[in-house]
Amino acid sequence: MAAITLKVNGSTHTIDLDPTTPLLYALSDDLALRGPKFGCGLGQCGACTVIINGEAIRSCITPVQTVAGAEITTLEGIGTPEKPHPLQKAFIEEQAAQCGFCLNAVIMTAKAFLDKNPKPTDAELQQALSNVLCRCFTHVRMYRAIQRASKEMAR
Amino acid sequence: MTATAEPRTALPLAMTPDARAAFERTRLSRRGFLKASGALTVGFCCWSAASSVDPVLAQFGVGLTEGSPPADQVDSWISVAADGSVTGYTGKQELGQGIVTAQTQLVAEELCVPFARVTMIAADTAKTPDEGYTSGSQSHPTNFNHANLAQAAATARQALIQLASQHLGVPTAQLTARDGAIFVASNPAKKISYGELVGGKKFSLALDSSAPRKPYSEWTILGKPIPRIDIPALATGTFEFVHNVKVPGMLHGKVVRPPVVGATVNRVDESSVAGMPGLVKVVVKRNFVGVVAEKPWQAIQIANKLKVDWTSGAGLPKQADYYDYLRKQSPSRDAFLINSGAVDQTLASAATVLKATYLHPFQMHGSMGSSCAVADVANGKATIWSATQGVWQQRGSAAILLGMNPEDVHVIFVRGSGCYGHNGADTVSYDAALLSQAVGKPVRVQLSRKDEMAWENYGNSYVLDCRAGLDAKGNIIVWDHETWSPVLGNRPGAERPGNVITGFLAGFEPEPFHAQSPPSQPRGFNNGSNAIPSYVAGCVDDRCGGAGSIRSERVLTHNVVSPFWTGPLRSPSRLQNTFAHESFMDEIAAHIKTDPVALRLKYLTNQRVAGVLQAAAHAFGWDARPSPKWQRAEGVVAGRGVSCVAYEGANGYSAMVIEAEADTNSGVVAVKRIVVAVDCGPISNPDGLRNQSEGGALQGVSRALGEDVTWDDHKVTSVDWRSYHSLPLGFAIPQIEVVLVNNPGERADGAGELAITLSAGALGNAIFDATGVRIREIPFTPDRLKAAFQTASTKARA
Repeated sequence: MAAITLKVNGSTHTIDLDPTTPLLYALSDDLALRGPKFGCGLGQCGACTVIINGEAIRSCITPVQTVAGAEITTLEGIGTPEKPHPLQKAFIEEQAAQCGFCLNAVIMTAKAFLDKNPKPTDAELQQALSNVLCRCFTHVRMYRAIQRASKEMAR
Repeated sequence: MTATAEPRTALPLAMTPDARAAFERTRLSRRGFLKASGALTVGFCCWSAASSVDPVLAQFGVGLTEGSPPADQVDSWISVAADGSVTGYTGKQELGQGIVTAQTQLVAEELCVPFARVTMIAADTAKTPDEGYTSGSQSHPTNFNHANLAQAAATARQALIQLASQHLGVPTAQLTARDGAIFVASNPAKKISYGELVGGKKFSLALDSSAPRKPYSEWTILGKPIPRIDIPALATGTFEFVHNVKVPGMLHGKVVRPPVVGATVNRVDESSVAGMPGLVKVVVKRNFVGVVAEKPWQAIQIANKLKVDWTSGAGLPKQADYYDYLRKQSPSRDAFLINSGAVDQTLASAATVLKATYLHPFQMHGSMGSSCAVADVANGKATIWSATQGVWQQRGSAAILLGMNPEDVHVIFVRGSGCYGHNGADTVSYDAALLSQAVGKPVRVQLSRKDEMAWENYGNSYVLDCRAGLDAKGNIIVWDHETWSPVLGNRPGAERPGNVITGFLAGFEPEPFHAQSPPSQPRGFNNGSNAIPSYVAGCVDDRCGGAGSIRSERVLTHNVVSPFWTGPLRSPSRLQNTFAHESFMDEIAAHIKTDPVALRLKYLTNQRVAGVLQAAAHAFGWDARPSPKWQRAEGVVAGRGVSCVAYEGANGYSAMVIEAEADTNSGVVAVKRIVVAVDCGPISNPDGLRNQSEGGALQGVSRALGEDVTWDDHKVTSVDWRSYHSLPLGFAIPQIEVVLVNNPGERADGAGELAITLSAGALGNAIFDATGVRIREIPFTPDRLKAAFQTASTKARA
């Protein structure tokens, strides 16, 4: 066990845990955050995605010791129901969810991508989402939401 | 869990004495309860008779469960607070299909209150009426017709008007309900609010089957595309899934499943994990092994390190030969669903007989989030926070598992990752319950990806033989359908914890396999999960329940014992049967060189299937002509295919047209466009219906193109997203158009499983149209298609 300091959504937390623990467990168990989720634990689906230094990172396979001190942003860190991020707003407006378990994966992956590529082509967006799953297959609405958000973000 | 020649005796099915005693105790307590609760039983009978519950719905469990609010009382469904806010209680819960938003609309509409003033509480054994499972496209028919939630709300509105009449001294005919108040129609200043009338009090009223439902023409909330109430929280990470449930003092469990199918525990070496950080307990109950730790990562590490000596298991049948094995397996349970007689003679006399065999693999629910539950079992009581589709059934089966009375088990539904049927939600609830019972503290368990995928109750594999006889003019005169499908376990219901892996490992039997040979004869018309093709008359005795006109008809089904757990996966058996029927109809159309839509319409007598078929074809811009487009295609070629269904014969109607491109060199198929028409009676929320239809269509494409459970000689090998192939967000998504056919005069039917039922058939037909090659085995992988195209090409040259 070791004291690890994490900076999450602008707040600093010191947690006592095994430094090999994947970041996801620190976020969802110790900090009780609901955005990042356990989907596969293998970095294959995207459910656990957080943004660190502008990159979409799969927190289920990222040991917490490797991100101590880094700025970590989760889904709840980019907007709230009252003040949603343009992506969150677009997902609500397009009703782009069924069970909603994958929204963290899709929105956080799209955010990291759009922040670097504000006006993507469909093919670029497709490439960016190539390793993200939605088992309800809300794909059509999700693309529509991301394209909608990208237009608003580019304004 | 073996697949030897004698599966029934090879299954280690004996119940432990503890298990047997628990089972018997539960049964006794149930009988005792029913005997002692005469008043409630009488009430139930009266309500049942008065409200004329649809017998088809009754099987989905709308009824009486001890401890649950009685379904015949308005107060069980509706309460009005002093501030006028309304709470609706329902047994049909949100799985991601939008049903809670739709039910909120229903209550708001019937009660004449604003949408925002209604909150729903769903599926809690202590708070909501027992409506059985939320499954099988049954929520819309169960709660939106003339019973249950809808009728409770209608009864409540009628009662409010009567109360207001007394209060205001004005006859009911002169009163109108609006905006949570009753107004005098001629003098709207004279009014009284619901809060003033009944706020905080009980209605103390039985459901009245004569209370009028609000007519469709007056709907202002129902039937509108009201946005889902849960999406803002989902999109911003504030939504509570079962994965987020936290209980004070909660510990974390991890299960240790057998390494191969059929393995049992020889010995668990607890010393192998002694002193590991956070270890609370190693739990062994017969072949159920798990660990409990303070933190989730500790539990995982301990479970990984725990030395368990397992037996070697009994082996699995070879996957390469599985379909042949399935067809020859014995014993089997055989049933004629339809048998018009003289089918063999009619086939023998036919000018032409067409035959085809279709193959469908085991597929998995493969929920995005692996299943999770929290249980608190202590001091003779149990509380389980579970994403189960049936809280009441889980209460009963968990009670047996834990050796408790059902009255002492409280199951609270908390939403999980989309389940698409009977996924790991029940088994992980048992895991948490067993581990919690062993430590006397609350325990949370989330399965690993592998534990989820290797042991879930898969959707059924199928072999489907189709035969049709044509007369000299090409008329279809006889249709013969025969299927083989393996089963093991199922939903646990209230009495069979052994129907899923955890209960089985803990010593409980799965549902016994009952062989039946020679086949049983039909007793009344039964659609049999769409085993009945849409094109036959479906006549049994005096009743014809089919959607078509072909009178010489036979449907024979065989079930055998499965090597894997099986259970309902979205459109269970209906999807597999429909894939066969709709592919075969296309083969017949191609043989007689007729347009596939026209041929279907020729044999459909059910106007609602015909209606959606015409609507889909029209929206697509269907070019009427025979398939295939070309006899010898090379390179990337495009085609279109159609399929249609009367879901379970009479619970929603849908048709689909798919346009696809196939590359005959690589075997890769690209779906370009999907048009799907749906008719589920009155549409409660058009955007919700679109969302379900789009998702269903595409999920069906994923299942058709890539998904199959794979195994080696001992174990399942499709255990993650590299080995089980779900189409990711990044695949080239087709354009999808949903055509809504609104039928407000009809019964509210199911919608959640319509589109998915059609994708495989429509896609296979599109591939045939494009290439002239018929693919009869799911999934349509590039390797399979490439081989088929090469074979066809070689034959054509020869």
